Amino acid sequence: MSKTIIPDGTTELTCIGCPKGCLVSVTIENGEIKEITGNSCQIGYNYASAEVTNPRRTLTSSIKVNGGVLAMVSVKTASDIPKGLLLDAMKVIKAAVVTAPVSIGDVLIENILDTGVDVVATSNVPVR
Amino acid sequence: MADTGMMEERSLVVIGGGPAGLAAALAAREAGVKDILILERDKRLGGILNQCIHNGFGLHTFKEELTGPEYAARYINRVLEEKIEYITDAMVIDVNSDKIVTYMHGKVKQIRAGAVILAMGCRERPRGALNTPGYRPAGIYSAGTAQYYVNIEGRMPGKRCVILGSGDIGLIMARRMTLEGAKVLCVAEIQPYSGGLKRNIVQCLNDYDIPLLLSHTVVDIKGKERVEGIVIAKVDDKMQPIPGTEIEYECDTLLLSCGLLPENELSEKAGVKLSPVTGGPIVNESLESSVPGIFACGNVLHVHDLVDYVSGEAANAGERAAAYLSGELDESSPEDIILQGTDGVRYTVPVTVNVKRMKDLQTVRFRVGKVFGVSDIVVNADGKEIMKKRKRSLAPGEMEELILKKSVLEEVASSGAHTITIGVREVLQ
Repeated sequence: MSKTIIPDGTTELTCIGCPKGCLVSVTIENGEIKEITGNSCQIGYNYASAEVTNPRRTLTSSIKVNGGVLAMVSVKTASDIPKGLLLDAMKVIKAAVVTAPVSIGDVLIENILDTGVDVVATSNVPVR
Repeated sequence: MADTGMMEERSLVVIGGGPAGLAAALAAREAGVKDILILERDKRLGGILNQCIHNGFGLHTFKEELTGPEYAARYINRVLEEKIEYITDAMVIDVNSDKIVTYMHGKVKQIRAGAVILAMGCRERPRGALNTPGYRPAGIYSAGTAQYYVNIEGRMPGKRCVILGSGDIGLIMARRMTLEGAKVLCVAEIQPYSGGLKRNIVQCLNDYDIPLLLSHTVVDIKGKERVEGIVIAKVDDKMQPIPGTEIEYECDTLLLSCGLLPENELSEKAGVKLSPVTGGPIVNESLESSVPGIFACGNVLHVHDLVDYVSGEAANAGERAAAYLSGELDESSPEDIILQGTDGVRYTVPVTVNVKRMKDLQTVRFRVGKVFGVSDIVVNADGKEIMKKRKRSLAPGEMEELILKKSVLEEVASSGAHTITIGVREVLQ
Protein backbone atom coordinates (compact mmCIF):
# COMPACT_ATOMS: atom_id res chain seq x y z
CA MET A 1 0.00 0.00 0.00
CA SER A 2 1.26 3.49 -0.86
CA LYS A 3 2.38 5.97 1.77
CA THR A 4 -0.24 8.19 3.32
CA ILE A 5 -0.20 11.92 2.65
CA ILE A 6 -1.61 12.87 6.03
CA PRO A 7 0.00 12.49 9.46
CA ASP A 8 -0.44 9.60 11.90
CA GLY A 9 -3.64 9.49 13.95
CA THR A 10 -7.33 9.06 13.18
CA THR A 11 -8.94 11.09 10.41
CA GLU A 12 -12.67 11.36 9.84
CA LEU A 13 -13.81 11.50 6.22
CA THR A 14 -17.21 11.83 4.59
CA CYS A 15 -17.42 9.29 1.79
CA ILE A 16 -18.49 10.82 -1.52
CA GLY A 17 -19.13 7.46 -3.18
CA CYS A 18 -22.90 7.80 -2.89
CA PRO A 19 -25.45 10.23 -1.44
CA LYS A 20 -25.51 8.34 1.86
CA GLY A 21 -22.31 10.18 2.84
CA CYS A 22 -20.96 7.71 5.42
CA LEU A 23 -18.62 9.10 8.04
CA VAL A 24 -15.51 6.93 7.70
CA SER A 25 -12.65 6.86 10.21
CA VAL A 26 -9.15 6.09 8.97
CA THR A 27 -6.43 5.30 11.48
CA ILE A 28 -2.89 5.83 10.27
CA GLU A 29 0.22 4.51 12.00
CA ASN A 30 3.81 5.01 10.79
CA GLY A 31 2.48 6.41 7.52
CA GLU A 32 0.37 3.34 6.81
CA ILE A 33 -3.34 2.69 7.03
CA LYS A 34 -4.03 0.57 10.10
CA GLU A 35 -7.80 0.56 10.23
CA ILE A 36 -10.82 1.86 8.31
CA THR A 37 -14.19 1.89 10.08
CA GLY A 38 -17.63 3.44 9.61
CA ASN A 39 -17.94 2.62 5.91
CA SER A 40 -21.00 0.61 4.96
CA CYS A 41 -19.60 -0.82 1.73
CA GLN A 42 -16.49 -1.43 -0.35
CA ILE A 43 -16.86 1.95 -2.06
CA GLY A 44 -16.33 3.62 1.31
CA TYR A 45 -13.26 1.50 2.01
CA ASN A 46 -11.75 2.29 -1.38
CA TYR A 47 -12.59 5.98 -1.08
CA ALA A 48 -11.05 6.31 2.37
CA SER A 49 -7.85 4.47 1.48
CA ALA A 50 -7.42 6.53 -1.71
CA GLU A 51 -8.27 9.76 0.08
CA VAL A 52 -5.34 9.45 2.50
CA THR A 53 -2.85 8.25 -0.13
CA ASN A 54 -3.81 9.52 -3.58
CA PRO A 55 -7.16 11.35 -3.68
CA ARG A 56 -8.91 11.11 -7.03
CA ARG A 57 -12.01 12.72 -8.55
CA THR A 58 -14.06 12.35 -11.69
CA LEU A 59 -14.06 15.70 -13.49
CA THR A 60 -17.17 16.88 -15.32
CA SER A 61 -17.32 19.95 -17.53
CA SER A 62 -18.37 20.99 -21.02
CA ILE A 63 -16.56 21.61 -24.31
CA LYS A 64 -17.37 24.05 -27.12
CA VAL A 65 -19.05 22.54 -30.16
CA ASN A 66 -19.01 23.96 -33.68
CA GLY A 67 -22.02 23.41 -35.91
CA GLY A 68 -24.21 21.73 -33.31
CA VAL A 69 -27.75 22.41 -32.13
CA LEU A 70 -26.16 23.39 -28.82
CA ALA A 71 -23.11 25.55 -28.09
CA MET A 72 -21.61 23.10 -25.60
CA VAL A 73 -21.35 19.36 -25.11
CA SER A 74 -21.10 18.01 -21.57
CA VAL A 75 -18.09 15.80 -20.83
CA LYS A 76 -16.49 13.75 -18.07
CA THR A 77 -13.23 12.01 -17.43
CA ALA A 78 -13.96 8.36 -18.21
CA SER A 79 -12.69 7.50 -14.74
CA ASP A 80 -11.25 9.44 -11.83
CA ILE A 81 -8.00 11.41 -12.11
CA PRO A 82 -5.68 12.70 -9.35
CA LYS A 83 -7.40 15.51 -7.46
CA GLY A 84 -4.33 17.73 -7.81
CA LEU A 85 -4.71 17.71 -11.60
CA LEU A 86 -8.31 18.97 -11.74
CA LEU A 87 -7.51 22.61 -12.49
CA ASP A 88 -4.84 21.72 -15.06
CA ALA A 89 -7.27 19.33 -16.72
CA MET A 90 -9.79 22.17 -16.89
CA LYS A 91 -7.31 24.26 -18.89
CA VAL A 92 -7.09 21.50 -21.49
CA ILE A 93 -10.86 21.08 -21.57
CA LYS A 94 -11.49 24.83 -21.90
CA ALA A 95 -9.08 25.07 -24.83
CA ALA A 96 -10.75 22.23 -26.73
CA VAL A 97 -13.29 22.71 -29.53
CA VAL A 98 -15.09 19.83 -31.24
CA THR A 99 -17.37 19.61 -34.26
CA ALA A 100 -20.91 18.25 -34.29
CA PRO A 101 -22.27 15.64 -34.32
CA VAL A 102 -21.16 14.38 -30.93
CA SER A 103 -22.62 11.30 -29.26
CA ILE A 104 -22.52 10.04 -25.69
CA GLY A 105 -19.30 8.09 -25.15
CA ASP A 106 -17.33 9.75 -27.96
CA VAL A 107 -13.72 10.31 -26.88
CA LEU A 108 -13.14 14.06 -27.21
CA ILE A 109 -9.73 14.33 -25.53
CA GLU A 110 -7.43 11.32 -25.37
CA ASN A 111 -5.30 10.57 -22.32
CA ILE A 112 -5.69 13.94 -20.63
CA LEU A 113 -2.45 15.14 -18.95
CA ASP A 114 -0.97 11.65 -19.45
CA THR A 115 -3.29 10.24 -16.79
CA GLY A 116 -4.27 7.41 -19.10
CA VAL A 117 -7.84 8.68 -18.81
CA ASP A 118 -9.89 9.96 -21.75
CA VAL A 119 -12.42 12.78 -21.67
CA VAL A 120 -15.71 11.52 -23.14
CA ALA A 121 -18.97 13.16 -24.17
CA THR A 122 -21.92 12.71 -21.80
CA SER A 123 -24.59 14.18 -24.08
CA ASN A 124 -25.59 14.06 -27.72
CA VAL A 125 -25.23 17.17 -29.85
CA PRO A 126 -26.62 16.64 -33.36
CA VAL A 127 -25.65 18.82 -36.31
CA ARG A 128 -27.53 22.11 -36.47
CA MET B 1 -62.03 30.03 -26.03
CA ALA B 2 -61.09 30.52 -29.69
CA ASP B 3 -61.22 27.70 -32.19
CA THR B 4 -59.18 24.88 -30.78
CA GLY B 5 -59.92 22.35 -33.47
CA MET B 6 -61.17 18.81 -32.88
CA MET B 7 -60.67 17.51 -29.40
CA GLU B 8 -58.16 14.68 -29.46
CA GLU B 9 -58.62 11.72 -27.12
CA ARG B 10 -55.73 10.02 -25.34
CA SER B 11 -55.54 7.29 -22.72
CA LEU B 12 -52.72 8.86 -20.77
CA VAL B 13 -51.23 12.33 -20.93
CA VAL B 14 -47.98 12.91 -19.04
CA ILE B 15 -47.26 16.57 -18.37
CA GLY B 16 -43.50 17.05 -18.32
CA GLY B 17 -40.73 15.15 -20.12
CA GLY B 18 -38.13 15.28 -17.35
CA PRO B 19 -37.02 12.30 -15.28
CA ALA B 20 -40.43 11.89 -13.61
CA GLY B 21 -42.46 12.09 -16.81
CA LEU B 22 -40.15 9.74 -18.71
CA ALA B 23 -40.15 7.06 -16.01
CA ALA B 24 -43.91 7.37 -15.50
CA ALA B 25 -44.62 6.99 -19.23
CA LEU B 26 -42.32 3.97 -19.50
CA ALA B 27 -43.91 2.23 -16.53
CA ALA B 28 -47.39 2.90 -17.89
CA ARG B 29 -46.33 1.40 -21.24
CA GLU B 30 -44.89 -1.66 -19.46
CA ALA B 31 -48.20 -2.01 -17.65
CA GLY B 32 -49.99 -2.14 -20.99
CA VAL B 33 -51.06 1.43 -21.80
CA LYS B 34 -50.75 1.78 -25.57
CA ASP B 35 -51.86 5.35 -26.06
CA ILE B 36 -49.51 7.68 -24.17
CA LEU B 37 -48.52 11.26 -24.92
CA ILE B 38 -45.77 13.19 -23.15
CA LEU B 39 -46.02 16.99 -23.35
CA GLU B 40 -42.72 18.82 -22.77
CA ARG B 41 -42.36 22.59 -22.83
CA ASP B 42 -38.62 22.62 -23.59
CA LYS B 43 -37.07 21.89 -26.97
CA ARG B 44 -35.96 18.43 -25.90
CA LEU B 45 -36.75 15.70 -23.40
CA GLY B 46 -34.74 15.23 -20.21
CA GLY B 47 -35.79 18.22 -18.13
CA ILE B 48 -33.33 19.71 -15.68
CA LEU B 49 -31.00 16.69 -16.04
CA ASN B 50 -29.74 18.21 -19.29
CA GLN B 51 -27.98 20.97 -17.41
CA CYS B 52 -26.90 18.81 -14.45
CA ILE B 53 -23.66 17.76 -16.12
CA HIS B 54 -22.04 16.63 -12.85
CA ASN B 55 -21.90 12.97 -11.89
CA GLY B 56 -23.55 11.10 -9.04
CA PHE B 57 -26.79 10.07 -10.74
CA GLY B 58 -27.98 6.50 -11.17
CA LEU B 59 -26.18 4.71 -8.34
CA HIS B 60 -29.47 3.20 -7.19
CA THR B 61 -31.17 2.72 -10.55
CA PHE B 62 -28.27 1.56 -12.72
CA LYS B 63 -25.64 0.66 -10.09
CA GLU B 64 -23.20 2.99 -11.78
CA GLU B 65 -22.37 6.64 -11.52
CA LEU B 66 -23.73 8.71 -14.41
CA THR B 67 -23.95 12.39 -15.22
CA GLY B 68 -27.38 14.01 -15.55
CA PRO B 69 -27.51 13.97 -19.37
CA GLU B 70 -26.41 10.31 -19.42
CA TYR B 71 -29.08 9.38 -16.90
CA ALA B 72 -31.74 11.18 -18.95
CA ALA B 73 -30.50 9.53 -22.15
CA ARG B 74 -31.08 6.05 -20.70
CA TYR B 75 -34.76 6.89 -20.26
CA ILE B 76 -35.10 8.87 -23.48
CA ASN B 77 -33.66 5.95 -25.46
CA ARG B 78 -36.19 3.61 -23.91
CA VAL B 79 -39.03 6.05 -24.67
CA LEU B 80 -37.87 6.10 -28.30
CA GLU B 81 -37.57 2.29 -28.42
CA GLU B 82 -41.07 1.95 -27.00
CA LYS B 83 -42.28 4.48 -29.56
CA ILE B 84 -43.99 6.50 -26.86
CA GLU B 85 -45.27 9.69 -28.45
CA TYR B 86 -44.05 13.03 -27.21
CA ILE B 87 -44.34 16.64 -28.25
CA THR B 88 -41.63 19.15 -27.34
CA ASP B 89 -42.17 22.92 -27.33
CA ALA B 90 -45.59 22.07 -25.94
CA MET B 91 -46.61 24.36 -23.09
CA VAL B 92 -49.58 23.07 -21.11
CA ILE B 93 -51.70 26.03 -20.06
CA ASP B 94 -54.65 24.29 -18.46
CA VAL B 95 -55.84 20.99 -17.02
CA ASN B 96 -59.32 20.68 -15.64
CA SER B 97 -60.97 18.15 -13.38
CA ASP B 98 -62.48 16.41 -16.42
CA LYS B 99 -58.88 15.75 -17.46
CA ILE B 100 -59.05 18.01 -20.49
CA VAL B 101 -55.51 19.18 -21.16
CA THR B 102 -55.02 22.46 -23.06
CA TYR B 103 -51.58 23.22 -24.48
CA MET B 104 -49.78 25.55 -26.85
CA HIS B 105 -47.83 24.06 -29.71
CA GLY B 106 -47.94 26.51 -32.55
CA LYS B 107 -51.59 26.95 -31.70
CA VAL B 108 -53.86 26.06 -28.82
CA LYS B 109 -54.80 22.39 -28.75
CA GLN B 110 -56.92 20.28 -26.44
CA ILE B 111 -56.85 16.64 -25.43
CA ARG B 112 -59.38 14.67 -23.44
CA ALA B 113 -57.27 12.28 -21.35
CA GLY B 114 -58.35 9.09 -19.63
CA ALA B 115 -55.71 9.73 -16.98
CA VAL B 116 -53.17 12.48 -16.39
CA ILE B 117 -49.78 12.26 -14.71
CA LEU B 118 -48.49 15.54 -13.35
CA ALA B 119 -44.70 15.58 -13.72
CA MET B 120 -43.92 19.28 -14.07
CA GLY B 121 -41.08 19.32 -11.55
CA CYS B 122 -40.16 22.31 -9.46
CA ARG B 123 -38.55 25.70 -9.76
CA GLU B 124 -36.15 27.69 -7.65
CA ARG B 125 -37.28 30.01 -4.92
CA PRO B 126 -36.91 33.44 -6.53
CA ARG B 127 -35.12 36.45 -5.12
CA GLY B 128 -38.36 38.19 -4.21
CA ALA B 129 -39.23 35.44 -1.76
CA LEU B 130 -35.94 36.00 0.04
CA ASN B 131 -36.69 39.55 1.06
CA THR B 132 -33.09 40.67 0.58
CA PRO B 133 -32.69 44.47 0.61
CA GLY B 134 -30.85 46.63 -1.91
CA TYR B 135 -31.18 47.82 -5.48
CA ARG B 136 -31.80 45.47 -8.37
CA PRO B 137 -28.35 45.40 -9.98
CA ALA B 138 -27.28 42.91 -12.63
CA GLY B 139 -25.31 39.94 -11.36
CA ILE B 140 -27.92 38.20 -9.22
CA TYR B 141 -28.95 34.78 -10.48
CA SER B 142 -30.61 31.71 -9.14
CA ALA B 143 -28.05 28.90 -9.02
CA GLY B 144 -29.99 26.95 -11.65
CA THR B 145 -30.02 29.89 -14.06
CA ALA B 146 -26.26 30.25 -13.64
CA GLN B 147 -25.96 26.50 -14.23
CA TYR B 148 -27.85 26.86 -17.50
CA TYR B 149 -25.63 29.73 -18.66
CA VAL B 150 -22.39 27.92 -17.82
CA ASN B 151 -23.24 24.37 -18.84
CA ILE B 152 -25.59 24.81 -21.79
CA GLU B 153 -24.61 28.17 -23.24
CA GLY B 154 -20.95 28.23 -22.18
CA ARG B 155 -21.21 31.73 -20.70
CA MET B 156 -19.96 32.80 -17.28
CA PRO B 157 -22.26 34.90 -15.09
CA GLY B 158 -19.35 36.57 -13.26
CA LYS B 159 -15.79 36.42 -11.98
CA ARG B 160 -16.11 36.80 -8.21
CA CYS B 161 -19.05 35.23 -6.59
CA VAL B 162 -20.92 34.78 -3.31
CA ILE B 163 -23.53 32.04 -2.98
CA LEU B 164 -26.50 32.37 -0.65
CA GLY B 165 -28.02 29.06 0.40
CA SER B 166 -26.35 25.69 0.65
CA GLY B 167 -28.82 23.67 -1.39
CA ASP B 168 -27.23 21.07 -3.65
CA ILE B 169 -27.43 23.24 -6.78
CA GLY B 170 -25.61 26.04 -4.95
CA LEU B 171 -22.86 23.65 -3.84
CA ILE B 172 -22.54 22.13 -7.30
CA MET B 173 -22.32 25.63 -8.80
CA ALA B 174 -19.66 26.68 -6.28
CA ARG B 175 -17.44 23.94 -7.72
CA ARG B 176 -18.48 24.58 -11.31
CA MET B 177 -17.75 28.32 -11.15
CA THR B 178 -14.38 27.59 -9.52
CA LEU B 179 -13.42 25.07 -12.20
CA GLU B 180 -14.34 27.63 -14.85
CA GLY B 181 -11.96 30.14 -13.30
CA ALA B 182 -14.23 32.23 -11.08
CA LYS B 183 -13.43 32.93 -7.45
CA VAL B 184 -16.18 31.72 -5.12
CA LEU B 185 -15.70 33.67 -1.91
CA CYS B 186 -18.11 31.79 0.32
CA VAL B 187 -21.42 29.98 0.64
CA ALA B 188 -23.66 31.57 3.27
CA GLU B 189 -26.46 29.51 4.83
CA ILE B 190 -29.01 31.08 7.18
CA GLN B 191 -29.74 27.76 8.89
CA PRO B 192 -27.28 26.25 11.37
CA TYR B 193 -26.95 23.23 9.05
CA SER B 194 -26.38 22.71 5.34
CA GLY B 195 -29.33 22.25 3.01
CA GLY B 196 -27.34 20.00 0.70
CA LEU B 197 -25.91 16.50 0.80
CA LYS B 198 -22.78 15.91 2.89
CA ARG B 199 -20.91 14.53 -0.11
CA ASN B 200 -21.43 17.82 -1.91
CA ILE B 201 -19.96 19.79 0.98
CA VAL B 202 -16.86 17.60 0.68
CA GLN B 203 -16.41 17.44 -3.08
CA CYS B 204 -17.72 20.89 -4.01
CA LEU B 205 -16.61 23.12 -1.13
CA ASN B 206 -13.85 21.41 0.89
CA ASP B 207 -11.98 20.26 -2.23
CA TYR B 208 -11.67 23.88 -3.33
CA ASP B 209 -11.31 25.52 0.12
CA ILE B 210 -14.59 27.40 -0.25
CA PRO B 211 -15.85 28.40 3.20
CA LEU B 212 -19.38 27.43 4.26
CA LEU B 213 -20.74 30.03 6.67
CA LEU B 214 -23.60 28.48 8.64
CA SER B 215 -26.06 30.79 10.43
CA HIS B 216 -25.14 33.62 8.04
CA THR B 217 -27.19 35.56 5.54
CA VAL B 218 -26.99 38.42 3.07
CA VAL B 219 -27.96 41.72 4.67
CA ASP B 220 -26.98 44.13 1.90
CA ILE B 221 -26.24 44.09 -1.80
CA LYS B 222 -23.88 46.86 -2.94
CA GLY B 223 -23.95 48.31 -6.43
CA LYS B 224 -26.61 49.94 -8.55
CA GLU B 225 -26.00 48.83 -12.15
CA ARG B 226 -23.99 45.73 -11.33
CA VAL B 227 -23.34 43.90 -8.05
CA GLU B 228 -20.21 45.39 -6.48
CA GLY B 229 -20.28 43.75 -3.10
CA ILE B 230 -22.30 41.52 -0.82
CA VAL B 231 -22.59 42.11 2.91
CA ILE B 232 -23.04 39.01 5.02
CA ALA B 233 -23.86 38.88 8.71
CA LYS B 234 -24.23 36.19 11.32
CA VAL B 235 -27.78 35.48 12.48
CA ASP B 236 -29.04 34.62 15.96
CA ASP B 237 -31.20 31.61 16.79
CA LYS B 238 -34.25 33.54 15.59
CA MET B 239 -32.47 34.08 12.26
CA GLN B 240 -32.14 37.82 12.87
CA PRO B 241 -28.86 39.40 11.70
CA ILE B 242 -26.55 40.24 14.62
CA PRO B 243 -25.33 43.87 14.35
CA GLY B 244 -21.57 44.20 14.25
CA THR B 245 -20.99 40.83 12.53
CA GLU B 246 -21.23 42.21 8.99
CA ILE B 247 -18.49 41.32 6.50
CA GLU B 248 -18.40 42.82 3.01
CA TYR B 249 -17.24 40.67 0.13
CA GLU B 250 -16.16 42.50 -3.00
CA CYS B 251 -17.75 40.58 -5.87
CA ASP B 252 -19.77 40.92 -9.08
CA THR B 253 -22.14 38.00 -8.70
CA LEU B 254 -24.61 36.58 -6.18
CA LEU B 255 -26.05 33.13 -6.74
CA LEU B 256 -29.16 32.08 -4.85
CA SER B 257 -29.71 28.48 -3.86
CA CYS B 258 -32.47 28.84 -1.34
CA GLY B 259 -34.80 25.98 -1.96
CA LEU B 260 -37.07 24.55 -4.60
CA LEU B 261 -40.81 24.90 -4.93
CA PRO B 262 -43.03 22.32 -6.65
CA GLU B 263 -44.62 23.91 -9.70
CA ASN B 264 -48.34 23.35 -9.25
CA GLU B 265 -50.27 26.09 -11.02
CA LEU B 266 -51.72 23.49 -13.38
CA SER B 267 -52.60 21.14 -10.54
CA GLU B 268 -54.55 23.92 -8.86
CA LYS B 269 -56.46 24.63 -12.05
CA ALA B 270 -57.46 20.97 -12.12
CA GLY B 271 -58.83 21.31 -8.61
CA VAL B 272 -56.11 19.12 -7.08
CA LYS B 273 -55.72 19.71 -3.35
CA LEU B 274 -52.22 20.79 -2.36
CA SER B 275 -50.27 20.22 0.84
CA PRO B 276 -49.46 23.46 2.64
CA VAL B 277 -46.15 21.91 3.72
CA THR B 278 -44.74 20.54 0.45
CA GLY B 279 -46.70 22.73 -1.96
CA GLY B 280 -47.37 19.54 -3.93
CA PRO B 281 -50.56 17.52 -4.40
CA ILE B 282 -51.98 15.52 -1.51
CA VAL B 283 -51.83 11.95 -2.78
CA ASN B 284 -52.94 8.49 -1.74
CA GLU B 285 -50.91 5.27 -1.80
CA SER B 286 -51.30 5.14 -5.59
CA LEU B 287 -49.89 8.67 -5.95
CA GLU B 288 -53.35 9.72 -7.11
CA SER B 289 -54.38 13.25 -6.24
CA SER B 290 -57.73 14.39 -4.82
CA VAL B 291 -59.03 14.35 -8.42
CA PRO B 292 -59.57 10.72 -9.52
CA GLY B 293 -57.40 9.81 -12.48
CA ILE B 294 -54.89 12.61 -11.94
CA PHE B 295 -51.60 11.31 -10.55
CA ALA B 296 -48.44 13.14 -9.47
CA CYS B 297 -44.79 12.16 -9.16
CA GLY B 298 -41.31 13.61 -8.90
CA ASN B 299 -40.52 17.14 -7.79
CA VAL B 300 -44.01 18.45 -8.56
CA LEU B 301 -45.18 16.19 -5.73
CA HIS B 302 -42.41 16.95 -3.26
CA VAL B 303 -38.81 18.00 -3.80
CA HIS B 304 -36.44 15.04 -3.93
CA ASP B 305 -32.68 14.91 -3.28
CA LEU B 306 -32.00 12.14 -5.76
CA VAL B 307 -33.26 11.57 -9.26
CA ASP B 308 -33.12 7.82 -8.61
CA TYR B 309 -35.93 8.23 -6.11
CA VAL B 310 -37.86 10.39 -8.58
CA SER B 311 -37.63 7.64 -11.19
CA GLY B 312 -38.81 5.00 -8.74
CA GLU B 313 -41.73 7.09 -7.55
CA ALA B 314 -42.68 8.04 -11.10
CA ALA B 315 -42.65 4.41 -12.24
CA ASN B 316 -45.07 3.71 -9.44
CA ALA B 317 -47.35 6.55 -10.59
CA GLY B 318 -47.22 5.27 -14.19
CA GLU B 319 -48.11 1.77 -13.16
CA ARG B 320 -50.95 2.98 -10.94
CA ALA B 321 -52.30 5.23 -13.71
CA ALA B 322 -52.34 2.14 -15.93
CA ALA B 323 -54.31 0.30 -13.26
CA TYR B 324 -56.76 3.21 -13.10
CA LEU B 325 -57.25 3.11 -16.87
CA SER B 326 -57.91 -0.64 -16.86
CA GLY B 327 -60.35 -0.30 -13.98
CA GLU B 328 -58.15 -2.25 -11.56
CA LEU B 329 -57.70 0.65 -9.19
CA ASP B 330 -60.76 0.26 -7.02
CA GLU B 331 -61.91 3.85 -6.52
CA SER B 332 -64.81 2.75 -4.33
CA SER B 333 -62.65 1.11 -1.65
CA PRO B 334 -63.54 2.76 1.63
CA GLU B 335 -61.42 3.28 4.71
CA ASP B 336 -58.29 5.20 3.99
CA ILE B 337 -55.73 5.25 6.77
CA ILE B 338 -54.36 8.76 7.26
CA LEU B 339 -50.60 9.19 7.65
CA GLN B 340 -49.50 12.08 9.81
CA GLY B 341 -46.05 13.50 10.44
CA THR B 342 -45.46 14.32 14.08
CA ASP B 343 -42.52 15.02 16.44
CA GLY B 344 -40.15 16.51 13.90
CA VAL B 345 -41.59 14.90 10.77
CA ARG B 346 -42.87 17.73 8.56
CA TYR B 347 -44.91 15.77 6.06
CA THR B 348 -45.42 12.35 4.53
CA VAL B 349 -45.97 11.19 0.95
CA PRO B 350 -48.46 9.60 0.58
CA VAL B 351 -50.94 11.23 2.94
CA THR B 352 -53.47 8.39 2.89
CA VAL B 353 -53.15 4.65 2.39
CA ASN B 354 -56.01 2.46 1.30
CA VAL B 355 -55.33 -0.99 2.69
CA LYS B 356 -57.30 -2.72 -0.04
CA ARG B 357 -55.58 -0.91 -2.89
CA MET B 358 -52.06 -0.87 -1.48
CA LYS B 359 -49.43 -3.35 -2.61
CA ASP B 360 -47.60 -5.69 -0.23
CA LEU B 361 -45.09 -2.97 0.53
CA GLN B 362 -45.79 0.75 0.67
CA THR B 363 -42.94 3.26 0.57
CA VAL B 364 -43.53 6.35 2.67
CA ARG B 365 -41.18 9.31 2.19
CA PHE B 366 -40.80 12.26 4.51
CA ARG B 367 -38.53 15.03 5.72
CA VAL B 368 -37.67 16.20 9.20
CA GLY B 369 -37.73 19.83 10.30
CA LYS B 370 -34.39 19.98 12.12
CA VAL B 371 -31.16 18.05 12.65
CA PHE B 372 -31.39 14.99 14.90
CA GLY B 373 -28.63 12.75 16.26
CA VAL B 374 -29.15 9.01 16.72
CA SER B 375 -32.92 8.61 16.57
CA ASP B 376 -35.74 6.15 16.18
CA ILE B 377 -38.35 6.79 13.56
CA VAL B 378 -41.43 5.65 15.40
CA VAL B 379 -44.67 4.61 13.70
CA ASN B 380 -47.80 4.61 15.85
CA ALA B 381 -51.33 3.52 14.99
CA ASP B 382 -53.80 5.39 17.15
CA GLY B 383 -51.10 5.76 19.80
CA LYS B 384 -49.82 2.16 19.68
CA GLU B 385 -46.30 1.59 18.37
CA ILE B 386 -46.31 -0.66 15.31
CA MET B 387 -42.85 -0.09 13.88
CA LYS B 388 -39.50 1.49 14.68
CA LYS B 389 -36.43 2.21 12.60
CA ARG B 390 -33.09 3.42 13.98
CA LYS B 391 -31.13 6.14 12.14
CA ARG B 392 -27.63 7.45 12.89
CA SER B 393 -28.73 10.98 12.10
CA LEU B 394 -31.53 12.90 10.41
CA ALA B 395 -31.39 16.25 8.64
CA PRO B 396 -33.89 18.42 6.73
CA GLY B 397 -31.69 18.25 3.65
CA GLU B 398 -32.02 14.48 3.39
CA MET B 399 -35.27 12.76 2.49
CA GLU B 400 -36.08 9.71 4.58
CA GLU B 401 -38.18 6.71 3.77
CA LEU B 402 -39.71 3.73 5.46
CA ILE B 403 -41.64 0.77 4.15
CA LEU B 404 -45.04 -0.19 5.57
CA LYS B 405 -46.18 -3.77 5.17
CA LYS B 406 -49.69 -4.56 3.99
CA SER B 407 -50.08 -7.22 6.69
CA VAL B 408 -49.29 -4.65 9.37
CA LEU B 409 -51.73 -2.10 7.96
CA GLU B 410 -54.45 -4.75 7.62
CA GLU B 411 -54.07 -5.40 11.32
CA VAL B 412 -54.22 -1.68 12.00
CA ALA B 413 -57.38 -1.32 9.93
CA SER B 414 -59.08 -4.32 11.56
CA SER B 415 -58.31 -2.87 15.00
CA GLY B 416 -60.37 0.15 13.98
CA ALA B 417 -57.50 2.63 13.90
CA HIS B 418 -57.70 5.38 11.28
CA THR B 419 -54.52 7.34 11.81
CA ILE B 420 -50.87 6.38 11.67
CA THR B 421 -48.33 8.86 12.96
CA ILE B 422 -44.67 8.93 12.00
CA GLY B 423 -42.37 10.76 14.37
CA VAL B 424 -38.76 11.05 15.48
CA ARG B 425 -37.61 10.03 18.94
CA GLU B 426 -34.03 11.06 19.60
CA VAL B 427 -32.04 8.38 21.42
CA LEU B 428 -30.04 9.75 24.33
CA GLN B 429 -26.56 8.29 24.38
